[in-house]
Amino acid sequence: MTLLQASAVETFYGPSQALFGVDLDVGEGEVVTLMGRNGMGKTTTIRSICGMTPARAGRIVFAGAELAGLPPHRIARLGIGLVPEGRRCFPNLTVQENLVASARPGKWTLDAVTSLFLRLGERLRQYASTLSGGEQQMLAIGRALMTNPRLLILDEATEGLAPIIRQDIWAAIRKLKADGQAILVVDKTMDEVLGVADRCVVLEKGRTVWSGGPAELTPELQDRYLGV
Amino acid sequence: MRREGLLNLVLALLLLALPFAAQMLGEPFYVTLATRMAILALAAVGLNLALGFGGLVSFGHAAFFGIGGYAAGILASHAFNAEPLLGLPGTDQMPVIWLVAALVCALVALPIGAISLRTSGVYFIMITLAFAQMVYYFAVSWPAYGGEDGLSITVRNGFPGLNTANPLSFFLVCYAVLMAALVLMWRIRDSRFGAALQAARQNDTRVAAIGIRPYHIRLAAFVISAVVTGIAGALFADLNRFVSPSMMSWQMSGELIVLIILGGTGRLFGPVAGAILYVLLEFALGGLTERWQFFLGFILLGVVLFARGGIIGVLAGKARHG
Repeated sequence: MTLLQASAVETFYGPSQALFGVDLDVGEGEVVTLMGRNGMGKTTTIRSICGMTPARAGRIVFAGAELAGLPPHRIARLGIGLVPEGRRCFPNLTVQENLVASARPGKWTLDAVTSLFLRLGERLRQYASTLSGGEQQMLAIGRALMTNPRLLILDEATEGLAPIIRQDIWAAIRKLKADGQAILVVDKTMDEVLGVADRCVVLEKGRTVWSGGPAELTPELQDRYLGV
Repeated sequence: MRREGLLNLVLALLLLALPFAAQMLGEPFYVTLATRMAILALAAVGLNLALGFGGLVSFGHAAFFGIGGYAAGILASHAFNAEPLLGLPGTDQMPVIWLVAALVCALVALPIGAISLRTSGVYFIMITLAFAQMVYYFAVSWPAYGGEDGLSITVRNGFPGLNTANPLSFFLVCYAVLMAALVLMWRIRDSRFGAALQAARQNDTRVAAIGIRPYHIRLAAFVISAVVTGIAGALFADLNRFVSPSMMSWQMSGELIVLIILGGTGRLFGPVAGAILYVLLEFALGGLTERWQFFLGFILLGVVLFARGGIIGVLAGKARHG
């Protein structure tokens, strides 16, 4: 069953158009990766889904509800949990406050999140600004999970992290997938992301140009759309 | 955190001990001084919820301070003239007055907040100032309750079981209300609501992305903040047995902000430390020169440049600000 369906989405930043027709589906329990070189519209697509830069044309439907015109907090409450690019926790709150502030009822509780990310459990009373980059990333994911989202969106979740921390985060993502969590993921580590994704959607210049299973994304296609 | 807790305890005990020491030294005037500290601290504790925790620099909280004062003055004058408002008895009792002050402040703060919170930054400062000036001129031009000359309270309003004409008893009433407000703020700060409010100060979009509408959180904080400041206003009117539009002037709004900055923005006991220092300076420097604010300006400059966490920041270390 389709959870998120975006079709022919066009988005502008002021007068300049960034998306020229993005098509994207995510089913229940499915992990979809959004791919493309820098500046092709991956983050803009996510911003449009979350209502931060609303689309001017096209349709975005989530769990049967039309997202057009809804403010970001309403979209989040429908069940979209965003882990934004660059972590972005609330640095002036403690780890616990960061998590509790976003909590909505469901299976993800403080205990569940701290057992997924043990390091957060050890640092509940610490301010988010004192965490390492990897821990902040875990906190950002934990915060999104506390809203008990039906769809988790991860924008560059492992960017700029030490390899060993990346492994922890990918392990957590695989655990979430095994749990049946629907995830839309944007990431530059090809091997990892192809290993976990059920489907890939490739953007170029603000358009969806290819979609299919990770196995069908041949080296030629990778070179054509993703190579530098 | 533990050092801040200890400091808070010391400040609370210091303020409590001051009037008793004054009484023993036979200096009843100092009791009034301590009462003034407690009341100004209470007003600033209210503002601190909006300004410190919510990052909402309201330059119009004197309006709520004054509304609370007028609630006390108007109810008392009706009771004194034996023509209680709407025929209700007990309008010279503090609990009734506080309730009325709180309700009126909430009713006024709701639309003011609802409109002002659509703006932010410097526009928010200006629009709250504009609303406060409207309330101020309304009081000035309302002759039924004294207009510009203000309104005297002939007999200080009562509190069941206490003789409020005794300065020490009245101080204890004010002190108890201050402590109750501090407990409330402490509970709010550590609640989910408090976390969301502080998160919204940090970043609107991030708060919206986790499904919280910052506007509602801020509006609730603004109204609670106005109510606490309003109750302080009612006590202030009872302390001076006089209420006038000057309680609502923009200078008063500025004074409340100065108190918070001196004490420590967004710190639980910041307003208490600020009020103690402010009243002490007002008394000590005011005895030397009529232009004592000149020196206050230097001190404020020093705090802003060299001790941005205020007194609490200097004594208890790092602020909660991220």
